[in-house]
This record gives sequence, C-alpha cells and structure tokens, in this order.
Amino acid sequence: MNADRITEKLNILADAAKYDVSCASSGSKRKNENKGLGNASNGICHSYTEDGRCVSLLKILLTNHCIYDCAYCVSRKSNDIKRAAFTVQEVVDLTINFYRRNYIEGLFLSSGIFKDADYTMERLVLIAKKLRTEHKFNGYIHLKSIPGASDELMHEAGLYADRLSVNLEIPTEAGLKLLAPDKNRQDMIEPMQYLKNEIVLHQEEKKLFKKAPMFAPAGQSTQVIIGATPETDQQVLQSANYFYRNFNLKRVYYSGYVPVLADNRLPALNTSVPMVRENRLYQADWLMRFYGFKVNEIVNNEQPLLDLDIDPKLSWAIRNLHVFPIDINKADLQLILRIPGIGVQSAQKIVSARSYGHLNWEQLKKLGVAINRAQYFITCKSREFERRDLTGTKIKQFILAQSASKYLKNSHTQFSLF
Amino acid sequence: MTTLFYDGTFESLLSVVFEIYERKLTLVKLQKGKWYSTALFENKLNIITNEANTNRVLKGLRQKLSPSGLQQLYIAHLAEIENEEATLIGYIRYVFDSAQNIEEDYGNRYVLRVSEIVRMMRREKHRMEAFIRFQKLKDETFYATIEPDFNVLPLLIKHFRNRYADQKWIIYDTRRNYGVYYDLHDTQYINLDFSTISKAGDIKTTFTEDEGIYQSLWQNYFKSVNIPARKNIKLHVRHIPKRYWRHLTEKI
Ligand code: SF4
Repeated sequence: MNADRITEKLNILADAAKYDVSCASSGSKRKNENKGLGNASNGICHSYTEDGRCVSLLKILLTNHCIYDCAYCVSRKSNDIKRAAFTVQEVVDLTINFYRRNYIEGLFLSSGIFKDADYTMERLVLIAKKLRTEHKFNGYIHLKSIPGASDELMHEAGLYADRLSVNLEIPTEAGLKLLAPDKNRQDMIEPMQYLKNEIVLHQEEKKLFKKAPMFAPAGQSTQVIIGATPETDQQVLQSANYFYRNFNLKRVYYSGYVPVLADNRLPALNTSVPMVRENRLYQADWLMRFYGFKVNEIVNNEQPLLDLDIDPKLSWAIRNLHVFPIDINKADLQLILRIPGIGVQSAQKIVSARSYGHLNWEQLKKLGVAINRAQYFITCKSREFERRDLTGTKIKQFILAQSASKYLKNSHTQFSLF
Repeated sequence: MTTLFYDGTFESLLSVVFEIYERKLTLVKLQKGKWYSTALFENKLNIITNEANTNRVLKGLRQKLSPSGLQQLYIAHLAEIENEEATLIGYIRYVFDSAQNIEEDYGNRYVLRVSEIVRMMRREKHRMEAFIRFQKLKDETFYATIEPDFNVLPLLIKHFRNRYADQKWIIYDTRRNYGVYYDLHDTQYINLDFSTISKAGDIKTTFTEDEGIYQSLWQNYFKSVNIPARKNIKLHVRHIPKRYWRHLTEKI
C-alpha cells in the first residue's frame, strides 16, 4: 500500500463528500449470523467533528471527476480543483480496516459521475458486493444512487446496501433548473419510485419467507440544500412531507448551504451558513414524524417561515393558546406530546408514572420536563400554576429571557429538541 | 442503626436483604468488607453469602419484577457507585412491600434513583461502544484500553462479541485493572501484568506494520470531514467530554 498516495486520495475524496450531511447508520437489522465481520443495527456515532456533527460512517466519493456542472457542488466540471479516484479494492480495504478498529459503523459511498450514470453506478455496486460476499461484511452500507442509472443496477444495489439515497438537492423543480441545468427532477423521482416499490415488495416477501433476501432494509433517504435558492420553509417542509408520504422515505436531510463557490446564481461567498434555520427545519421535521403534527400546523400561508427565535413547537403553542392549559394527570399522550418542554420520553414516563398517583411539579421536573417552558401550558397536582392571562407575546418574552444563554448554546445542534 | 458488612457482589447483596427481613431490621447501613472484632456488637454484623438465602430473595424478585426490571436492578448494582447501597436496599424493600409491580413508579425516590443510575450506566456503555479504539497486534489480536467512569465492561461483552465475531480482541479496563479476551470462540476475564513492559518502544513493536498507517489515515479523515464554516467547539466537547480524548486515535 502506498501510504502517501492513499492519504492524498482520502483527503480529497472525504473533503468532497462532507457536504452531504446524512450520517445515520441506524434502521437496518443486518445481523452477524455468518460469523463474519460486523452488524448493522445500532446507529453509533463513533466520533464528532469539531462542528459537532456525528461521525458514523466512512463517507467518501469514489471519485470527484464529474461530467456535470451543478452550481452548488464543489466537484462540478468547471471548478478548478484537484481530482482523484479510488480503486474498488482501495475502498474495500479502507472500510474493512477502519471497521475492525471500531472507527466506523460502515461505508457511505457516493461519486461524481464519470463517463455516464451506469458506468459509475456499476462500480459503486461492485464495492458493496465485494464487501458483502468476499469479506462477509455485515456493517452498514449506504450507497448514493446516481440519477439515471438503470433499474437492474438499482436492484443489485438494493441487495447489498442497507440504505439507498437519491438526493433531490434543491427543494423545488424551478430551483433545480436554475442551478443544475444538466439534471432533471424526473431522473431523481423515477429511481425513488422504483426503490419504493422494490422495498415494499421485499418486505412483503420477507413476511412470508424468512429466507427471502433483504433489500435496502434501512430504506431510502434524500437530502435538500437549504438557502441556496429562495424557497420558503413552507415550500421546503411541504416538499419533505410529500416525499415522506409518497415514497416512504426514512429521512429527509436538510443541509444549510455552505458558500464554497462564486456564482451569481448563488448566495455570495461571505454569506453565513443558515444553521439556525437548518436546526428549526429538523425540529419541524421531528414534529411531523414523532409528535403527530401536520405540516400545515407548523407552516402555512399566514406563517410561511419558521420562527428563528423559538422552536416550532413553542411557536405552535403560542399561536394556539386556546388548547391550554392541559391537565398533566388526565390528558392523552397525544396532547401531552404537544406541550412545550416535554419530549417523547418524558411524555411516556408521565403516562406510566401517573397511574401510581397524581404528579406534582417536583416529580415532573424529575421526569425530565423543562418546567420553565411547560409551566405556562399545564396544570398538575398543585395549587400553584400560572393564573395570569398571559398573551402569546408575553410568554415568548418570558421564556426567551429565562433561557437566552441556553438557547444560544443549543441553537447549533439538530438534536437538542424542545 | 445496624451496619451490615458484605462482600460487594450481587449475591451477597441479596443475602443481606434476606437477613434484613429475617431479623426484622428497619434502620440499616451497608458497608463493603468485613467487621474485624471478636467482641459481639449488637449493631455490627458480617453477612456471609448464603446460596439458599440469595436464591429465595432472587425468586421473590423474579415474581414481583419483570425480567427487564430485574436487569435494571442488577445494572444499578454493577455501577458500584459509593454509598448507593441504601438506594438498592430501599428499592428491593419497596418491591417486596408493594402489592403491585412498582418498576415504573417514578414518583418513588428509590425507583427514580435506580432509573437514573441505569441511565448513567447505559450512557457510559454507549459511549464505550462508540469510543473504544482497537489497535492491531502482531498476532492479529485487536487490543483496546478503557477507563470508564463506571464499571461497564461486563455490559460491553455482548455487543463486541456480536460485532467482531471473526477477530480476536481484548478490551482492558486500566482503572479497574481487568479485561475481557475473546479468542474467536469464547470470552474470558483476564488480568495483565504491565510491569514487564517498561519502555514505550516495546509496545510499538508489538503492533502490526500497517497499524500506524491506518491510525494516521483515520486522523486525516477526521480532519477532512470538518467544515470550518460550521465550527462549534462547545457542542463538540459536549458530545466527546475531554476525559475520553486520551483513548481516541483521532484526538491524540
Ligand atoms: S452531478 Fe453530483 S458530483 Fe457532479 S456536479 Fe452535480 S452534484 Fe456535483
């Protein structure tokens, strides 16, 4: 192994891949049943970058050579940068050796398009196949599907990978036309449709025959870039909602645009990354998937943008004060989930614990409820509760004043929720 | 107040519970070790683990707790947090004194505290599963050292056995000076004698040649994936507290 050459390739091809923000390695159930190497079910973050993002997978491009010229992408044809390409064997060796040392959960492989879509996809599939068959590797594999690749290759990819993704990149078709003239949305939607059908089909088979092959057991996901084009949060979330519903997506990732290229179609180079907005979008996404909120409860024609000062759940509560106060000792789980300051875990604990006796403030606090937020919206086993008839604006002021420093500290993480 | 001396194992803890009920003690304090005195003191007792007594208590717990409830009690014991015996005893008494299953009665302080300890243990376990870094030795064994806050090594075995079924590995807790060795078939607890390894150089030569290359490739990778425009060190440190850094290849 030529250590210097590999190091250089790794630097270039990891650097080019890092703007794809998805890093999840969960949702698969691949077990180590062949006394081989690894399993894929845990979704462990093995490290965190200095910007606080989870490092779970070896995330690289096979090559950053590309025949396309998408404006938002560092690898675009017209960009004057160093190019490199791994061989199939090099990617296999890196994956295995990193995995054995417990650095990673698996591989996330993507690529610039060289020659054509099929030629590129074929190599991605070959790497996954080698890992699974020659090395009995059961770790996590996420392959990015190249838009326009044939159904046969997509099918093979699904047999070896845990997750497949097709990146929409730009939330609306018009935005895509502007920034990625070589791509068309149909080329992205077709493979998603194909994957959805195959995944459903294989799940049905699996129910009937235990031995039926797995097909992308962790499903498919996509990524949209935020802030490169002028879409509102309403447009972004409606589009996410559409894809969740129609293509059974496991996740939509929102990637705040990092200005890396000078181009008059794009935000200027000195624009800062919209990290707070990105965080709010993830919170809204969470509300849709785990808290039973409908997309138009979060954003609608009157309220097309998410409030950057406060999280979308608090924002909803303030706009819907007529729902509150909620009696913590009586309300349904679904309603408790809508209270600011109460997460999924606390909500479930409350419902278990209250069957032994009514809960008071002290106990709620111990169950993980953020009282400083929840206090304006609930009553419990105590004579003390918020009696003033506060307006939404006042509540917002109170909460912001109390948690100003905490809010600043947390505003950058996608996982500090409510 | 009666002070009960026991040997610190879970079995012996259960024997203690038996004595408490047998002797109808109300106020007790537990202490690890032995009471060395021939004089008889009313309020100091050595408890010797008695299999029959332990099993009777265990059987009782099995009837009143779900398997996962019992598992949680065991994990809380394993944590070896100082002066938490009162919590464990309080919890067990509450189990026996209640008619219904109490394991989700978080309004009770013992139940709540046990669930807190279990959460701390689980968090440490997850951190270890994430942050352990193996180095490959010449004989193809993958070796890792850890210094966890709590005694979580026994909880790690299953995860690493499932994951690395086809490689030999050792995980060694240098703070508690014991480890686990997996030889492709079974795992066993081991002690290593470090006094024979004197110089740092000696250790290096026991690693395979490509070990250094993969370590530096990983360090490079870690640097490459960082996006400076998004830098957020506070968040970084919250995810990986500094005390874990010395065992992380990418942070050395
Ligand atoms: S096709 Fe992919 S790699 Fe090529 S320029 Fe567009 S986004 Fe970049």
